[in-house]
Amino acid sequence: MTMEKYVLIPLLPLIGFCINIWFGRFYQEKAHWISILAVLGSFILSVITFIEVLQGKVINYDLYSWVISGNFKVSIGFLIDQLTAIMLIVVTSVSLLVHIYSVGYMHGDSGYYRFFSYLNLFTFSMLMLVTGNNLMQLYFGWEAVGLCSYFLIGYYFRKQSAADAGKKAFIVNRFGDFGFGIGVFMVFIYLETLHYTDIFANIHTLQGQTINILGFEIGLVTLIALLLFCGAIGKSAQLPLHVWLADAMEGPTPVSALIHAATMVTAGVFLVARFNPLFSMSETAMMVVALTGAITSLFAATIALVQNDIKRIIAYSTVSQLGYMFLACGVGAYGAGIFHLFTHAYFKALLFLGAGSVMHAMAGQLDIQKMGGLRKYMPITFWTFMIASVSIAGIPGLAGFFSKDEILWLAYNAGTVGRIVWVIGTIVAGLTAFYSFRIVFLTFFGKFKGTHEEEHHLHESPSSMTVPLMILAVGAISAGWVGIPPLLGGTNMIGHFLEPVLGHPHVHGTHAEEWMVIAISVVVALGGIFTAAVMYLWAPGIPQLLGRTFRSIYTVLWNKYYVDELYDYTIVRPTKWIGSRILVGVTDGKIIEGIVNGVPKLIAEFGERFRKLQTGFLQHYAMGMAFGLFVILSLVLIFVKQ
Amino acid sequence: MQTGHDSHADKQPVNTIARTLLYVPAIIAFVYLGAIFSVQIEYPVLSWVIFLPIIGGFLIFLIPRKHEMLARATSLGLTLVAFILSLPLYINFDKTTAKMQFTEVHNWIPAWGIKYSLGVDGISILFVLLSTLLSILCVTVSWTAITEKVKEFYGSILLIEGSMIGVFCSLDFFLFYIFWEAMLIPMYILIGVWGGPNRVYAAIKFFLFTLVGSLLMLVGIIVSYYYTNKSFDVLQMMNTTYPYTIQLILFWAFFAAFAVKVPMFPVHTWLPDAHTEAPTAGSVILAGILIKMGAYGFLRFSIPLFPEAAKAMAPIMIVLSVIAIIYGAVICLAQTDLKRLIAYSSVSHMGFVTLGIFALNMQGIQGGILQMINHGIVTGALFLSVGIIYERTHTREIAHYGGAATAMPVYAAFFMIFTLASIGLPGTNGFIGEFLILLGGFMAWKLMGVLACTGIIIGAGYMLWLYQKVFFLETNPYAHYHEDVNEREFLTLLPLVVLVLWIGFYPNALLSFMEVSVQGLIDRVNVSAQQQITQNIIEVIK
Repeated sequence: MTMEKYVLIPLLPLIGFCINIWFGRFYQEKAHWISILAVLGSFILSVITFIEVLQGKVINYDLYSWVISGNFKVSIGFLIDQLTAIMLIVVTSVSLLVHIYSVGYMHGDSGYYRFFSYLNLFTFSMLMLVTGNNLMQLYFGWEAVGLCSYFLIGYYFRKQSAADAGKKAFIVNRFGDFGFGIGVFMVFIYLETLHYTDIFANIHTLQGQTINILGFEIGLVTLIALLLFCGAIGKSAQLPLHVWLADAMEGPTPVSALIHAATMVTAGVFLVARFNPLFSMSETAMMVVALTGAITSLFAATIALVQNDIKRIIAYSTVSQLGYMFLACGVGAYGAGIFHLFTHAYFKALLFLGAGSVMHAMAGQLDIQKMGGLRKYMPITFWTFMIASVSIAGIPGLAGFFSKDEILWLAYNAGTVGRIVWVIGTIVAGLTAFYSFRIVFLTFFGKFKGTHEEEHHLHESPSSMTVPLMILAVGAISAGWVGIPPLLGGTNMIGHFLEPVLGHPHVHGTHAEEWMVIAISVVVALGGIFTAAVMYLWAPGIPQLLGRTFRSIYTVLWNKYYVDELYDYTIVRPTKWIGSRILVGVTDGKIIEGIVNGVPKLIAEFGERFRKLQTGFLQHYAMGMAFGLFVILSLVLIFVKQ
Repeated sequence: MQTGHDSHADKQPVNTIARTLLYVPAIIAFVYLGAIFSVQIEYPVLSWVIFLPIIGGFLIFLIPRKHEMLARATSLGLTLVAFILSLPLYINFDKTTAKMQFTEVHNWIPAWGIKYSLGVDGISILFVLLSTLLSILCVTVSWTAITEKVKEFYGSILLIEGSMIGVFCSLDFFLFYIFWEAMLIPMYILIGVWGGPNRVYAAIKFFLFTLVGSLLMLVGIIVSYYYTNKSFDVLQMMNTTYPYTIQLILFWAFFAAFAVKVPMFPVHTWLPDAHTEAPTAGSVILAGILIKMGAYGFLRFSIPLFPEAAKAMAPIMIVLSVIAIIYGAVICLAQTDLKRLIAYSSVSHMGFVTLGIFALNMQGIQGGILQMINHGIVTGALFLSVGIIYERTHTREIAHYGGAATAMPVYAAFFMIFTLASIGLPGTNGFIGEFLILLGGFMAWKLMGVLACTGIIIGAGYMLWLYQKVFFLETNPYAHYHEDVNEREFLTLLPLVVLVLWIGFYPNALLSFMEVSVQGLIDRVNVSAQQQITQNIIEVIK
């Protein structure tokens, strides 16, 4: 058991959690100091580690043996390579900013110390997830971040909707983890290890093996890849397990920024990228990943078009952007997917924190139809939110443009499936620009639509909130500059950095085609912004008109395609019904209990009849006993003689 | 008003935590010094750990009725001493051998080949330690809850403790059977006298179920006695190879006794009634240790004595286990009674245990044993917790609760940890056990492994639902929580939290105990299965 400084990266937040959860009550309002210092320490160590990795060092070592059972051996250990190094930077930097932001946002909350302990616990779990050198530790982090998400979504646990949302997130994720867990078992059964390096060293032995499931021959690689992908679908809220993320917005806004935008939900993308040698071996699995991503991104973007809850729109936007990342992974562009994960973390966290700042000023109001003109009252929030929106819309020069463009260009080059997802991706880019600017226009432009009292209350947020916004804005602008493609004069540094782990797909397209892809995406993005401007700035009657004309489409989108209702009627209710009506009512209540209670009744009836035998004479009893003994012994002896 | 209430709720547990933290070093020092002391002196560990509580239990009956506190203090002292005396088992255990250790053999009734023979190996040792630990907590949790017939209550608990440990240590079938049955009587009394409103029904049901099972086992024991040259020696029986037909018959005879205790589907219906009606300490003993005796019986007797039959019957056992997992979990979703829900969850969790055991591979069996310990800790803890809140609210209806997290934050944190352990979250002990079981089960029977995994989804469903109904939302005006946990309750739950996390992060501490013994068991199954095949081949050739 050797301790190295890398251990401290996850350990510091854990220590912060332990101190705060035990002793936080004693110093209530100062709890944030311990939490922030812990995460700051992790951040500094992460930067140092990143620099080491940049110089070509890859760290892989075991801390101690966690579980040993026969040939099953798993350690708590750390693998820090290029992929992990990027994740470390994303997680610790966003976490640090969210911690600082929360000082202002959660000020005066009765559970202040509890909130900061959970944030620390989350940071620990997420860091364990990304630094683990084996699948079981990943699974540990995977479930632990889910738990923190449960705690933090249900932070306002007195509220029914918050408590429900937390529970829903946990259980929906369990469905994904069901597949994931079986995938882990399969990996162990066929490779006899769960450590990444051993898995990837032996993974070629799986090639060509098939397994028979209900009469179908399925490639082992495909099966394992898809089972692992089940976990990713749950955690990253992809179809059909996306239902929990929008409800997760019940949590405090900093939580949405950290967990449900920048870090935890991207764990699925990290998983797929980490297992890229496995996924790349199966064309079917890759196609499933690409199409799931593409369809989800379109699906979520269409829902986002009509919603009015500012946080929910951004949540659907997150689902959509995560779909983008999977789309990238599915066409083999893992590097581009991680690049998008990197830039997305900053602009999406910024969007959420900006929304939080708006809510702070609006006393918790979430309906963008009741806002308007806020740019006058909160200029910093406005400008930073604007930067994030421009970035996500994919306007050249900002972070979102470079990563999105990289994905679209590589998708364009990746065969038939690639072309299909490229078309979808381009459409989504337009929709994204539209709904992002719909928020901007409805919230910050025009006249204020709330009550007079609310207007009086409007104010810019305190500096503990605006400073993180400004720092994130720098990220939302410049995070993409590490991946400027050669065509635009850059060197795609991040792509080359990640290449040892994630590889780089071959590109056949010409420069002209690349210019075309860029041009189309930019035109589409500008078109989206322009449409939003027309509909929400210059001709405000159009949305209502459209809503009336396409009533049915609008209703379907407004109700999120009725997926929640579908699950309620096909899974939740039948299970409960079976539990209460069949199992309690019939099997346990009637059949088993009937037999059990029936036997004594039978005995009692016999007892009534045989009562005459109870004569009270001792010798009669002795006779009976002797006879019984004789019968038993003779039976035994007959038995034994055989 | 609201703030005033909040500040009260916030201030009170601060004092509790502060005060209890002062006790913790004292307790650690006590256990540490006790361990040093008990390792120094030489004594027959197992006999002491068995008979100290039993004799002590009888002595407590002699205490005059008016000295209630004396009865409590004596039993606390006795359970503590028994725990200290059991520590050498942990410290001096040799993990490198599958042989029985700490053995004590004396002739008892030589004419019938009955011996007083005790010993532990890697499979049984942990249960002894769990029993001595949980007994202490049973005493402390009942401190103020039991106000009538106090000395009889504590006497019964001590009698149960001694006989339970006897069951786990006996290496002579006759002795085993005596302990096995002896434990029924105080348990029956415990449920029947201090139980809930429906206690008599529950007690009789419990008694009849287990008795019928035990009688079949008795017949089985007698038959195997004749096959082993009239000896009740378990180790000698293990070296005997029974004809296959006899193995099958005996396997089912023993199954009757063990399956009822586990309890396996479909003989589980005594459990919800008994657990629900029993007083808190009774539920803890039932869930924590008593039902482990069934699964232990499979490991100690059914599998090593009748390996071919066990191997042949494994598919049936696995199917029954998976039914129990899913059935127990789904039925939990429909419960309205706090204790009943946890009781049914035991059916599901014990389904995991038997699944692991009959996977008949290393991961499965180790996971199964570990999960038994885990279940003892976690479900024991859940019943302790329910007892603690029941003492305040006097209701078990889930609908009568709500908002307990506001009124009792420290208690809520404890309950949360046990809930998470119950649904097998990584970092808790439940995860390691379930993971190994499912891995083992999946390796042996793929489809069954997959089906068993669904139990985990439903498990999260009902436990989180329960937690939400009791702890979240607005405080229910009809629930009188009074105050958060006091020092005694805090210290009762704390050791279990430590165990949950310790096993969760360092399961090797326990897995290493059983490794060699389990390997021996698996070898026995595989070797005799091969012998059987060879025999079959020879018969065919003939």
